[in-house]
Amino acid sequence: MTVQGILFYVFAAIIVFAALRVVTARNPVHSALWLVLAFFTAAAHWLMLGAEFLAIVLVLVYVGAVMVLFLFVIMMLDVNFEHLRKGFRSYLPVGATVGVLVLIVMVLVVLGGYLKPVAAPVAVPATAENTKALGLLLYTDYVYPFEIAAVILLVAIIAAIVLTHRTRKQTKHQDPSEQVKVRARDRLRVLSIPSEKRES
Amino acid sequence: MSILTAPTLSHYLVLGAILFAISMAGIFLNRRNVIILLMAIELMLLAVNLNFIAFASYLGDMAGQVFVFFILTVAAAESAIGLAILVLLFRNVGSIDVEDLDHLKG
Repeated sequence: MTVQGILFYVFAAIIVFAALRVVTARNPVHSALWLVLAFFTAAAHWLMLGAEFLAIVLVLVYVGAVMVLFLFVIMMLDVNFEHLRKGFRSYLPVGATVGVLVLIVMVLVVLGGYLKPVAAPVAVPATAENTKALGLLLYTDYVYPFEIAAVILLVAIIAAIVLTHRTRKQTKHQDPSEQVKVRARDRLRVLSIPSEKRES
Repeated sequence: MSILTAPTLSHYLVLGAILFAISMAGIFLNRRNVIILLMAIELMLLAVNLNFIAFASYLGDMAGQVFVFFILTVAAAESAIGLAILVLLFRNVGSIDVEDLDHLKG
């Protein structure tokens, strides 16, 4: 049994347990935190598979941004989550049945000899740079999909802002055009105040 | 093939299948709570990405990793818009229960 084998089974056990807790946890905050653990363990798996860049991106983007967004939304919404769990037990038989059936089908396909068995990863030299190779591919063969991905991100930014933006009427704000158009006599008024005589 | 050797491609594919099945069962179990549904979808995408990277590594083809890159992009956009819709929904309906979302029933 190699070190890689031990690590694979340790990480696999962690990720399966974390995934189970994501779907069964009572509190959505706990679900999100278990999902963070699942992402971290998946990043470890990806590192073992030689995908260093994507492993780091998974930690930075998913753990650092997406899961924080999830936690923000969960904590922002004032929802009775106990109420939402009603019916969990009644859905358990059908959910477990469908899950087990899907698993059986996929395992039969994977282990049934339809795939050519591959025992070991294709050896990459120790000096190979995963990030460089990925970047070379992204900016040459996949440059159009790359730009479409950028447009998708732009659309997501605009959509998220447009959907959640609220204009408030009573907030104080400045109107730059009004500020530019102002004249001196709008701001300054010269009053002629009669001077008082001193009583001696 | 002893089970305790170095992981083969099938090991990773079975792990991906297990993750996918768990998240699919999770969608059935938590079908009232939209937040957990979104998290289950994220988990499904993670399982798929694991398969892609396993294939990319064991077959020596970087295209799998490029594909994972695009899946990550689209999934991030999807969860951002999904959560924005969720916030909007909570503001308008006052609930995130799927059972309450029956306005389009006609």
